[in-house]
Amino acid sequence: MLKGRAFKFGDNISTDHIIPGRLAHLRSNLPELAKHVMEDADPTFASRVKAGDFIVGSNNFGLGSSREHAPLVIKMAGVSAILAKSVARIFFRNAINQGLPVLICDTDGIDEGDKLEVDLAAGTVNNITKADQLTFGKLPEVMLKILDEGGLIPYIKKYGDFRL
Amino acid sequence: MSKTLAEKILSHKSGSDARAGDIVIAQVDLVFAQDTTGPLTIRQFQASGFERLADPKKTALFLDHAAPSPNREISNDHRLLRRFARESGCLIYDVGSGICHQIVAESLGKPGDVIVGADSHTVTAGGLGAFATGMGSSDVAVVFGLGKTWLRVPESIKIAASGKFAPGVGAKDFVLHLIGTIGADGATYKALEFGGDGLENLSMSDRFTIANMAVEAGAKVGLFPTDKVTKGYLNHQKQGDHYQPLSADGDASYERTINIDLASLEPMVAKPHSVDNVALARELKGTKIQQVFIGTCTNGRLEDIALAAAILKGKRRHPQTRFIIAPASPKVLLAAISAGYIHSLVEAGAVILPPGCGACLGLHQGVLAEGESCLSTANRNFKGRMGSPQAFIYLGSPATAAATALAGEITDPREVI
Repeated sequence: MLKGRAFKFGDNISTDHIIPGRLAHLRSNLPELAKHVMEDADPTFASRVKAGDFIVGSNNFGLGSSREHAPLVIKMAGVSAILAKSVARIFFRNAINQGLPVLICDTDGIDEGDKLEVDLAAGTVNNITKADQLTFGKLPEVMLKILDEGGLIPYIKKYGDFRL
Repeated sequence: MSKTLAEKILSHKSGSDARAGDIVIAQVDLVFAQDTTGPLTIRQFQASGFERLADPKKTALFLDHAAPSPNREISNDHRLLRRFARESGCLIYDVGSGICHQIVAESLGKPGDVIVGADSHTVTAGGLGAFATGMGSSDVAVVFGLGKTWLRVPESIKIAASGKFAPGVGAKDFVLHLIGTIGADGATYKALEFGGDGLENLSMSDRFTIANMAVEAGAKVGLFPTDKVTKGYLNHQKQGDHYQPLSADGDASYERTINIDLASLEPMVAKPHSVDNVALARELKGTKIQQVFIGTCTNGRLEDIALAAAILKGKRRHPQTRFIIAPASPKVLLAAISAGYIHSLVEAGAVILPPGCGACLGLHQGVLAEGESCLSTANRNFKGRMGSPQAFIYLGSPATAAATALAGEITDPREVI
């Protein structure tokens, strides 16, 4: 069971909002890069987020560049999962490859600061603050297996190849 | 049963009867990373336990996003990439060799290929009829090691083009109109497949511009069939033997079809801060612009520079508007010099950058200050993309960019041609 608070964002949060291209010189210095997580969407996010918290997006979360540093710095900030109505394709794959769960559900009823509990196996989000429950769609089998291993690299280390 | 072009290519490369919705393992014909995604790709490759590349001749590294390096951190990343290339035997395109997608378009990509790059604009090669798509560093690292990847076969949306562009209107206006119509997530997880009798009026440069921006509608790939235009281009690049006829079956099943009459289009501009926030260029008249940037994998080709030179020859940029041009490759730069375009543009007050990504992503060579506005021929206008998050990026065609450089405010190019 994942437990934490919701940090709510709007539609079309791009990878430049999450970690902008102008910081590309910090990509081989991840601890320094991670200090800027979500900076252009909410400059206070990095100082407020705590281990276990959730990023709650709306439509088309993570659009834009292929930089895997975007989900990587979100994971480094302690975020336990991303919830959104829809997620851009490359970001979706990158998040799963980093072992960061992405849950597609109707996030309209979630507000900033709501306390959430996520049961990955059952596919449910309990909004404790609102006394509300949501369900999220199942990932394709190949992504579930990658997530189960904690990401693509541990998965490949274990199996040596893709297993469909 | 009949197939879309995406289904045909993925069937061939996976050795299966691939249908939209299936998950397949596809052989990859070309895999690459660039200087901002390459270092993590190499670290993930090493962390996976791979000792060698699946095929060094199908693996490439490009130093294009920050080239030459603007600071020592990136210099160290460049050194890491050079060392990896030396030790692994992969292809490397060092500083000044041009933008990865342009080099793929000029020499490395082939119709029918599966191409995977650690850069979202890998979709550019869809203009050649390649199933080309962007992925992150971990996925690309695994392709480095295995020579294959998993793909969900996408549903396809057909974009049927008819007619011919009016003067002053071009491929950038077409694709901005398309993204404005379907939205920045209008094709998420899907393939855009282009067709219709208007394709014969789209040059390869036009097709690369359009395929390049498929990802701005969320698409996995933007696929063009191959035809005599493709064949002529490959012959010109001395790659004629790479030609193969490729098209969707006539009765293939599409999720939807969108018809676009090229003759009905007008110059378009995407306003800050999203690509689907489009307007007609003429509606934005009066919007002051401090920097015009012509270049990138979207519009840094010879045809784009030629358009700008034709508008600016014998004239001078507006004194309050900086004017920056980055040719997409050395081949483009040399041809632009030979044709006299560079001469005209420098006389008009342009700064010529080395072949590469230039000002596109806010790293160097044209970083925007607070409150400044830029009209760029690139593909993204996200907040903070070109420097300050308090800057404003407008996207338009090379013709609109050149007209704007002259007037110092957003200008419909039909006013000056």
